[in-house]
Amino acid sequence: METVLFFVFGTFALGGALGVVLARNPVHSALFLVQTLVSIAVYFIVEEAELLAAVQVIVYAGAIVVLFLFVIMLIGVDRQEDLAQDPIPFQRPLAVALGVAAFVEILVLAGSTWATGEHTARGVPVRGGSFGNNVDRVARVLFTDFLWPFELTALLLVIAVVGGVALARRSRHRPPPTSVPADAPEEMTAR
Amino acid sequence: MIAAVTGNYYLVLAALLFTIGAIGLLVRRNVLVMFMCVELMLNAANLTFVTFARMLNDVGGQVIVFFTLVVAAAEVAVGLAIIVAIFRRRQGATADDVDVLKG
Repeated sequence: METVLFFVFGTFALGGALGVVLARNPVHSALFLVQTLVSIAVYFIVEEAELLAAVQVIVYAGAIVVLFLFVIMLIGVDRQEDLAQDPIPFQRPLAVALGVAAFVEILVLAGSTWATGEHTARGVPVRGGSFGNNVDRVARVLFTDFLWPFELTALLLVIAVVGGVALARRSRHRPPPTSVPADAPEEMTAR
Repeated sequence: MIAAVTGNYYLVLAALLFTIGAIGLLVRRNVLVMFMCVELMLNAANLTFVTFARMLNDVGGQVIVFFTLVVAAAEVAVGLAIIVAIFRRRQGATADDVDVLKG
């Protein structure tokens, strides 16, 4: 059963990843990304991480990809990219060679003694023992061993929200863009 | 019958996904697609964490994925705001056009 699931959804995940890279239209890339994300969510269920599978679908496929599509539609880049010419000579062959080298490096390093098998302080297991279901186990570790990082994520999210608002806000003190389009918004022409 | 799937299968698949994401980041010039390739690489790392959590039978790996999700969400929020700000100034979406710090 797990073998079948692995190979079926492995094909989906790899196909989606290749689609993200190879699709000319950004909207198609975003939809291929959803395919890969959902395949990985299936893997999370197989690997006994049910909570993360739900979070993966809700946060990634539900929020992040929608945000991507929203920005694609907002700024109207659904036109195709010119892939025919390299801006830098030999950029693509070099990129593929570097990628293959990185893959080989990962395999070599994973075979060495980098994975020490150290456990966290409390060592709550994924399965077995009387710790309740997956949500109970994740919560137990998250709110004890990882309480300080958890509080820091709150700070990080606040900074991200403030930064997003500050960047996306239309500043009043800046001069208008050099090439004002014909159908410019009102506040730009009325200044 | 095919051999049973062990944790190493997942690790190799995650490494492949990471490699595809890295190649895409280097090859593509559309800023949004480059962003999606970064998401691919983050997801490959998440899959590695969950696989190690299962192999070591320790739920700590799954908690780390939580923090990765938070960082990814923050990154997308700020990154897309930057992309929108760039688009407001100029028409193109390619990374090669944005080669000076001032707008």
